[in-house]
Amino acid sequence: MASIDPSQDDVGIHVTPYPVIEPGHTFGSVTDKISSLTLKRRTPLGWFIGFGISFAFANILLFAIAYLVLTGIGVWGNNIPVGWAFDIINFVWWIGIGHAGTLISAILLLLRQSWRTSINRFAEAMTLFAVSCAAIFPLFHTGRPWLAIYWLFPYPNTMNIWPNFRSPLMWDVFAVSTYATVSALFWYVGLIPDFATLRDRAQSKPFKIAYGILSMGWRGSARHWARYEKLYLLLAALATPLVLSVHTIVSFDFAVGIIPGWHATIFPPYFVAGAIYAGFAMVLTLTIPLRKFYGLEDFITMRHLRNSAKVMLATGLIVAYGYMMEAFTAWYSASEYEGFMMKNRIYGGPYWWAYWLLISCNVLIPQVLWMKRARHSTVVLWIISLVVGVGMWLERFVIIVTSLHRDFLPSSWAMYRPTIIDFATLFGTIGMFVMLLFLFIRFLPVISIFEMRTILPQAEVKEEEA
Amino acid sequence: MPQIFHRSTNTLAKLSIFGGLFILAFAAWCLAEINRSSWNTGAFVEREQPVQFSHKHHVGDDGIDCRYCHTSVETSAWAGMPPTKTCMNCHAQIWNDSPYLEIVRTSWRTNKPIEWTRVHDLPDYVYFNHSIHVNKGVGCSTCHGRVDQMPIVYQYASLQMEWCLQCHRDPARYLRPRDQVFNMAWQAENAAAENKTEAQLAQGRQLFNAYHVRHKAILQSCSTCHR
Repeated sequence: MASIDPSQDDVGIHVTPYPVIEPGHTFGSVTDKISSLTLKRRTPLGWFIGFGISFAFANILLFAIAYLVLTGIGVWGNNIPVGWAFDIINFVWWIGIGHAGTLISAILLLLRQSWRTSINRFAEAMTLFAVSCAAIFPLFHTGRPWLAIYWLFPYPNTMNIWPNFRSPLMWDVFAVSTYATVSALFWYVGLIPDFATLRDRAQSKPFKIAYGILSMGWRGSARHWARYEKLYLLLAALATPLVLSVHTIVSFDFAVGIIPGWHATIFPPYFVAGAIYAGFAMVLTLTIPLRKFYGLEDFITMRHLRNSAKVMLATGLIVAYGYMMEAFTAWYSASEYEGFMMKNRIYGGPYWWAYWLLISCNVLIPQVLWMKRARHSTVVLWIISLVVGVGMWLERFVIIVTSLHRDFLPSSWAMYRPTIIDFATLFGTIGMFVMLLFLFIRFLPVISIFEMRTILPQAEVKEEEA
Repeated sequence: MPQIFHRSTNTLAKLSIFGGLFILAFAAWCLAEINRSSWNTGAFVEREQPVQFSHKHHVGDDGIDCRYCHTSVETSAWAGMPPTKTCMNCHAQIWNDSPYLEIVRTSWRTNKPIEWTRVHDLPDYVYFNHSIHVNKGVGCSTCHGRVDQMPIVYQYASLQMEWCLQCHRDPARYLRPRDQVFNMAWQAENAAAENKTEAQLAQGRQLFNAYHVRHKAILQSCSTCHR
């Protein structure tokens, strides 16, 4: 085991005050520690309790969906003029949360940010699970999802008609399904070398076979690595535009419509920033307890938390600029309807409290992160990440519900009230998300083993050795 | 360490990539075929009726016009099913003691209509009107086939939306002169045209204008049929 000499300046990474991996680890100890989470250690009691609770919530989701399908879409609270409500709010919220995963895995990889390595696997898993949760809402808001195939996918059907290619809702289907596919591929390809490690270390036959199939015959030969690196970079390049495109297209669902409060050109960048904001908040919400309970503080260090907090602060400011521009556009347009919408949203309407709650959660409270002390306290970071999560949900609530509930015709004005089934579906998807994360923590390496080994100081090839 | 998998697994793994693709493509093709098959659409399936009424005999052999029984076809959405009275116009005189027609006579005596089994059943969300088609020169046989050759009537077309649209997108391919609508054997004739398709198109285009058939955009509009 290499002892670390702080004066040794040539190995850049570990001498900084906030290393991406705590000193004292070797290739072997990294592998042992991460793989032991899935293989050796007995399943902790806390895991069973957490899994049990989230499993119960996932079953509530199952019930809510079954009830919806058997009864009809009327079990939800949305009705004209608020035709979209919890379904689209939750969809956009979940899709946004997924964004951090792709940003961390693809863009930070291309930018050679070594701190991405400890959290990319986890963030990618989070992306996949968030996209699965997101997909539930648009699918079931159609009421009869088994018919939605021909509404959404262009295939040679017996009606001889195509879906409406001019509709952003259809672009959405392609954007989200591409995103899900590329994210899944990226995640899986990154897992292959680690599956092979687990296969070689597994004790029981079923695990050997399962990990063996998943590792696709990986032997770690030079040729395997060369191909792997090429593929991983290619996928990163493919995933990079998706970070921007997916939420841009999601924002088109609104921006292309002519509803005051939706019809704004600021929407695409403002939505993308909001997505990354929510995504990093979710990364912090999940990694802070994870590193605590599994003792992963030496892999997921304060540097990671600090950097995530900085990304949150930056994207949070872009989002705040978005709110400002919404108000400015409403005033500058001199459109009576835009002006009324903004006034109604901020102080005139019945949902004014949602707007101010949103401003508090997304703009005011996160300013605490300017303070170094706050960025270095896991408790403060965790609370702020939860606040931002709630704030980003409220943002979609404000955009969707307050823009719709005051229609052009005052005679059709109405209030929106979510039903118990609406809430059951929302909390059910949260349950499903957490349940999938629990399964992921138990059966797959939460941190990329082989990539962690590359950021060890020992992995740096020194001049005299080369 | 012993090998977990046999050597053949390598081949299996490679095969599964191609297999997966082909199986998916094949499954999609099968679904499309099943969707369009008679099993799903009911086309070409002869329906058993309370009385095995033969259109072949009455139309083909006897030469009775369609409108003798389906009286409202030119003026209403529904072509009209004949009452038992229409049968008895002839069968009070001929075959009036045939055991085969006992059901018809019972219906006549008891004043209870015969319950025919419907052959062409469009979904409730489709608005269909016989009279507009007949008046714009769509022949009976275009949609119902050669009924004069059917001992038992069956559905001749799939009645799927793609079938409706192939005419609504280009009616000229099917139009005929109004006085030929009830002619089962009608075909376009044109000495100048090279083949029958050419002849039909030439005449169809002319009739399309002459009968003031609405523009294709209107014929294809959702609310033309889904009102």
